[in-house]
Amino acid sequence: MSLRITCPNCGPRAIEEFLYGEIPEVPESLTDLDARDLDRAFMRKNPEGPAVERWFHAAGCRRWLTTRRDTRTDEVL
Amino acid sequence: MNEFVERTIKFTWQKPKSSYDVVIVGGGGHGLATAYYLATRHGITNVAVLERNYIGSGNSGRNTTIIRSNYGIPESVKFYQRSVDLYAGLEQETGVWVMHRQKGLLWMAHTEAGVRAERARAEVNTAFGAKTEYVTPAQIREICPQIDLRGGGVWPVMGASYHAEGASARHDRVVWAFAEGAMKQGVHIHQKTAVTGLIKSGDRITGVETAAGSISAGAVVSAVGGHVTTLASMAGLRLPIRTHRLQAFVTNHYAQEFKPIVASANLLFYVSQTARGEMLLGAEIDRQPSYSYRSGHHFLQSCAFRALTLFPFMRDLRILRQWTGVCDMSPDYSPIMGLTGIDGFFITTGWGTWGFKAIPAGGEQMAELIATGKTPPLIAPFSLARFGQDRTLADRGSAGTH
Repeated sequence: MSLRITCPNCGPRAIEEFLYGEIPEVPESLTDLDARDLDRAFMRKNPEGPAVERWFHAAGCRRWLTTRRDTRTDEVL
Repeated sequence: MNEFVERTIKFTWQKPKSSYDVVIVGGGGHGLATAYYLATRHGITNVAVLERNYIGSGNSGRNTTIIRSNYGIPESVKFYQRSVDLYAGLEQETGVWVMHRQKGLLWMAHTEAGVRAERARAEVNTAFGAKTEYVTPAQIREICPQIDLRGGGVWPVMGASYHAEGASARHDRVVWAFAEGAMKQGVHIHQKTAVTGLIKSGDRITGVETAAGSISAGAVVSAVGGHVTTLASMAGLRLPIRTHRLQAFVTNHYAQEFKPIVASANLLFYVSQTARGEMLLGAEIDRQPSYSYRSGHHFLQSCAFRALTLFPFMRDLRILRQWTGVCDMSPDYSPIMGLTGIDGFFITTGWGTWGFKAIPAGGEQMAELIATGKTPPLIAPFSLARFGQDRTLADRGSAGTH
């Protein structure tokens, strides 16, 4: 079965209806402003495991929702 | 076919030692090629390659085996041309038949903008040593008679760039050729040996932790595909990498010859024929980051639909099997090779959807860097530091898969 995301407005829908949105995270330990800018522009957490992320329901209600997804299995938790 | 066909590849497995001059993490094409060139070109044979599964089990065994150098920027054209040249001589050098075959590659233009882009590609390629020319629809039909030049009435073929040196090789055999060649020189390859941590001494990386114990090393090289962010984070290093799935499929046997490799940036698919006669198709990466090897029906449906636009004959073929690899995508669609800013830790990553074609050149150049301590000019532009220096190598249009 294809992967599904449950939209609070539209119910469970195929993942292809959604656009992925990333939540940028710059580590607190970075204090130098240039280093923070570089990190925000390019560096990625790219988590291997459960990740909190945003999805835009492009083919549905056209609203953003927040999910927790395991990137090792693609399943929404 | 030739004198290599009948020869059996022989591996010599060794017991792990507690210390090596160089430890390479990742037993795919890039890791094994780096070990091979360290041993054969620089005489550094006290080397171990650690692979958590079996060699070539990651993206080296999951790609679509295309070799080409028709990139859009000078740095990439020069680097990939080196790889095309090394691939062409690989059978002679290693004595292993890797089923290398020059096929020619057509990169289709369906719009006025596409025509300009392919003309520009031909110019840049010619200027920096790759053999690419612009061809008209009539010439395309001669190279590839199966094509529907009307593009189903939706994507008419207006021209293409033809890259004569476009080739393919059997991916497993490339992995085995480098593994056997390295082992002959005394390199150790340890399968089923996952790296669980990196050993730090001050600011320097001095070894790796595995389930079987720790191994100290003069230099640690990450040649990991798919999970590089996890490995780099053990060294406290953040990377500009996102990992995405890339899917591909093959059809059953097509009885005619389909000579060239065909790619279309507008239609977002590429196709070639395998040595067994199957049609091999791939498309773009999945949008969301993922480490899963799951394949999906949505990809099959959309990729097959686009392929039929140019190749109606495929209507009669059936899909035999599909599979997935996980690709480390860099923000500028160019690889990242070289120093990391951490002593004793080297990296070759960001191989996204273009890693297979770069195996020999990537290995050769990384070996030179590790042996001499100096970044060779060919890969100097691909450093990790480029992102902080406003020297990104944006070449999305040549990735072919996005």
